[in-house]
Amino acid sequence: MPTMNKLCADVAAAVRANADALTELDRAIGDGDHGANLRRGFDAVAALGAELDAMPPGQALQKAGMTLVMKVGGASGPLYGSLLMGIGKSLAGAANPAPAGGTPSPSEIAEALRAGIDMVRQRGKSDAGDKTMLDVLIPVCEALDEGVSQSLPIPRLLDELGAAAARGLESTRALRARKGRASFLGERSIGHLDPGAGSGRIIIDALCASLRGTS
Amino acid sequence: MSPSTSPVSARNVGIVIVSHSPHVARGAEDMVRQMVGESVPLAACGGNPDGGLGTDVAAISAALDTAWSDRGVAVLVDLGGAEMNAEMAVEMLDESRRDRIRICNAAVVEGAVMAATEASMGSALTDVCAAAEDAI
Repeated sequence: MPTMNKLCADVAAAVRANADALTELDRAIGDGDHGANLRRGFDAVAALGAELDAMPPGQALQKAGMTLVMKVGGASGPLYGSLLMGIGKSLAGAANPAPAGGTPSPSEIAEALRAGIDMVRQRGKSDAGDKTMLDVLIPVCEALDEGVSQSLPIPRLLDELGAAAARGLESTRALRARKGRASFLGERSIGHLDPGAGSGRIIIDALCASLRGTS
Repeated sequence: MSPSTSPVSARNVGIVIVSHSPHVARGAEDMVRQMVGESVPLAACGGNPDGGLGTDVAAISAALDTAWSDRGVAVLVDLGGAEMNAEMAVEMLDESRRDRIRICNAAVVEGAVMAATEASMGSALTDVCAAAEDAI
């Protein structure tokens, strides 16, 4: 298992590498700052470094979430921040929370992701089908639940998560945006991928690669 | 942009202006001051943590402190990210203060001027927000 520090560094590297592509997606139907904003936020998370490994995973993710809230400067800060804080709070509140350096169980992670997604729903007053990051996160969460219930081996499970993220992102192309600035475009938002779903897929893929040890 | 300071007149509801643009925040603040002078606690902030277009939770928190009034604070925001970041800043406060802050569903410039005018007359937070929300 990669350490929390390594996971965050790998996600930050992926966000950095894809920042221009995210900005392009956002320029089409938003204000064109999504890549730069997320890069600033995840660079700040990565800069926490070894501090993250000194904390239990639940606390580390809450800290990472708060860092995104404080550093991103756009709507994706409160949204991804709420996601991580929701996940972290759920992990920290588990019956036997994993200690610093420990790994929560797959079912604890699935439960925590559900809690995190609920926080994103509340924060963004949005749900599946609104052309947002939830259109990636919800299918990934469902794939995780399914994989955990079938006790899939971890590599297979990670494949399923990556596939769900890819499908989720692609599903946003046909959707009409109902949230954020893209919603100002009405029907003209149809035919474009959602930038928040785009960053969602990049983050899920980076996490999977890190967990496989291939990043 | 760091929030500008103003002498606090705790008798009246305070006003906080949050824009993606430091220029819009400062300009709206000037327009409010022209209307109500120093009679209303007022702070404005705009720009992301690097100073580009966007909003900054820490700057919003500081603005809430600057414009604090025990009678409450009305917050005017421009676009979605500003609203969400203002919500985050409010949620970080103690519960006793949190309940005395309203984020208005109003246009930022017109809303701020109308809200401040209402506040300068000693109105309650609910009426200040209603004035902002009826502004256009």
